[in-house]
Amino acid sequence: MEAYTHDVLIVGGGGAGLRAAIAIGEENPGLSVGVLSKVYPMRSHTVSAEGGAAAVIKPNDKIEYHIKDTVTGGDWMGDQDAIEYFVNEAPREMLQLEHWGCPWNRDPDGSVAVRTFGGMTVDRTWFAADKTGFHLLHSLFQTALKYNNLVRYDEWFATRLLIEDGRCQGVAAIELLSGQVRPVLARAVILCTGGGGRIFPFTTNAAIKTGDGMSLAYHAGVALKDMEFVQYHPTGLPFTGILITEAARAEGGVLVNKDGYRYLQDYDLGTPLDYRDPNSGHPKNKNMELGPRDRLSQAFMKEFDRGRTIPGRHGHVVHLDVRHLGEEKIMKKIPFVRELAKNYAGVDPVHEPISVRPVVHYMMGGIDTNRFAATSVPGLYAAGECACVSINGANRLGSNSLTELLVFGAMAGRQAAQFAQDHELRGKESLIRQAEDEQRRITQQYLTKDGGTESIAGLKAELNSTMEAGAGIYRTEATMRTTCEEVQKLKERYRNIQLGDRTHSFNTDLVAALELGSLLDVAETVAQSALQRQESRGAHQRTDFPKRDDEKFLQHSLAYQTDGEPRVDYRPVVITNWPPAERVYGR
Amino acid sequence: MADSTKTCTLEVFRYHPEQDSEPSLQKYEVPFSEDWVVLDALNHIKGEMDGGVTYRWSCRMGVCGSCGMMVNGTPRLACSTFLKEFYPSPIRIEPLGGFPVIRDLVVNLDDFLEKLTRVQAWLIPKENHPEVNGALKQTPAELADYKQFSMCINCMLCYAACPVYAQEPHFLGPAAITLAHRYNLDSRDGARAARLDVISSDPGVWECAVIEECSAVCPKGVDPASAIKQVKLEGATDWWRGMLIPKEKRGG
Repeated sequence: MEAYTHDVLIVGGGGAGLRAAIAIGEENPGLSVGVLSKVYPMRSHTVSAEGGAAAVIKPNDKIEYHIKDTVTGGDWMGDQDAIEYFVNEAPREMLQLEHWGCPWNRDPDGSVAVRTFGGMTVDRTWFAADKTGFHLLHSLFQTALKYNNLVRYDEWFATRLLIEDGRCQGVAAIELLSGQVRPVLARAVILCTGGGGRIFPFTTNAAIKTGDGMSLAYHAGVALKDMEFVQYHPTGLPFTGILITEAARAEGGVLVNKDGYRYLQDYDLGTPLDYRDPNSGHPKNKNMELGPRDRLSQAFMKEFDRGRTIPGRHGHVVHLDVRHLGEEKIMKKIPFVRELAKNYAGVDPVHEPISVRPVVHYMMGGIDTNRFAATSVPGLYAAGECACVSINGANRLGSNSLTELLVFGAMAGRQAAQFAQDHELRGKESLIRQAEDEQRRITQQYLTKDGGTESIAGLKAELNSTMEAGAGIYRTEATMRTTCEEVQKLKERYRNIQLGDRTHSFNTDLVAALELGSLLDVAETVAQSALQRQESRGAHQRTDFPKRDDEKFLQHSLAYQTDGEPRVDYRPVVITNWPPAERVYGR
Repeated sequence: MADSTKTCTLEVFRYHPEQDSEPSLQKYEVPFSEDWVVLDALNHIKGEMDGGVTYRWSCRMGVCGSCGMMVNGTPRLACSTFLKEFYPSPIRIEPLGGFPVIRDLVVNLDDFLEKLTRVQAWLIPKENHPEVNGALKQTPAELADYKQFSMCINCMLCYAACPVYAQEPHFLGPAAITLAHRYNLDSRDGARAARLDVISSDPGVWECAVIEECSAVCPKGVDPASAIKQVKLEGATDWWRGMLIPKEKRGG
């Protein structure tokens, strides 16, 4: 079997992966870098991020404010040493993006403009209208094109990490075009494969967000950390789950219930200011609509329980009203909101409110890394949504994730480059043998297997449904336990899967089957970690344990793969200068 | 959920290099729903009827650019094209025109990526500004000069619509030229001349009659035709003047 070899291999070509690739190119242009992705890099889900990226740049802001907002936003679950590094490094990364051509919105004097965002004390979110992720990804992708040391493996699907000599030294991956499994070897490997929101039925996440990298690391013995913390974004379009950015509220949009009442005031999120009066101070930072996402999504559920939401064709909704901003401001600041609402909901927000409901958006948890982006396996790094450093803790603040993928993508690139310079490839024959085993496994388990009775779409629908039932916004012992059991049954049934396509070239049915395997791995860690965390913190809310319990659970959960259900261990959260306190918004 | 009483016919282009000597159209009867886009119908076919149907998709919100295909002969994004636009007539789904077909609705895009690299579609700064010196200034007006050309999602609909690309596969094509032009117009950039060299030496640019098919099909409202027009003007006023006239004078 022919092997491809690089100094560093990056799996995933989204924001984090491309930032890592460029970092290596800048660090040492002599190193050969492979970027292997199941889609063309510019299709990666970074493209869908809308609102912006946070970094301290304006004179009224301070590094300490951004740190404190992030710590508080995460309900003290983030590691504070990592957060300090992240916040300090953020401005440099954002300026770097500026120098790579990102079309940031500007103030009249030509300096970079910032907007406010949920849970942030000071306006510090850089933005490119409301297509920030799109511009960030394309700026990175186009910049990456100039590096000759970079080889892309577009539309290759990694199925296994190759571990030899106690180190990760590449992957076995299917070249989709030919359907062949090939070893792609490297002295260091970086996973930048994104989250796994597709374990849920209703999500902003693209189809490709199936947690493949999390699954790869999990199988290699790396823990998946803090997986119980799943972020619901409060404003998704019903049916499609398409995201309506928080920027709509940052620019002044308000949320109202069926009576036209700004219901957030009933949930300890502050006092509404008159949004029609330009001198009222609306929108006010950390107040009402600018509270954090977990609290706003939870408020929706409570409002639903009180019978004050609006019944719609695809479940209950509330109204996001931006009409008072006027057409000019909407077109300047949130044109994509208008485009999406018109195209997918048949509503022009200039004239009508938008129906929205909470939607699964982001996984705070992921592959356990330290603040140097390193995992517990030597030579294996991770960055972006697939990783958990953790800076986001129990709830990520909007506009921290784009910055995170830059800061830790760059870190992963530099660290992997150094590791690759210090280590030789070892045991090449054995690595190639592992890839040959993988080729056989995929052939036997999926392509030549007969008599399977389970369909990919059927199992996925059942997985989605049990995850929503047991691991949604509010959770409780009995339903979580049922979900844990259901997921184990689904894993059992997954062995009995039957593909509708057993050919080789561009077999997307095979990809879907492998992705379903990843989803099942991610789902079992989410459900089990949630079951075992007997407290409420950030996005993890339990009706049977409604209080935060710092004594027992100021700890990261670490889910490890076993033959049965995952084993969950704990590690204390790193606290430096910001001891746990009450999490206050709007007062 | 789909309204179970109504159905809609999709005729899907099928070609599998391992099995088929030539392509064919296959009919599928799918449930019809007001909310469904062509992509929902394809996902229904793949999940419930025929796992072999092959196409690309991801964001299903018109920004990742994966799901470009011909819908009744016009290049469209499957995720943004509603069934109700055509119902009750059958809908013909084919791969993007002008590209080599890999399988069914999946086409090869490598040609575009090579061209994007050739035109140096990235920022080449005027002077060396290390990031520690802070952000480069750019006024809102300077941003507006190039912003719309930066909105290209690389979906390739414009190539599928382009009559020049259909005849002349070497043509850089609408998206690559638009993205080059985007950097040429960026106040921070200093490599306009180098990009114009590449573009002006492409005979395809001069064959483009600017009939604006590319702009008509762009799902993001980018106007590649105007980018090409502007590039031709710039080319004609500087570099091209120097090349064109001597060439004619050379005669035979």
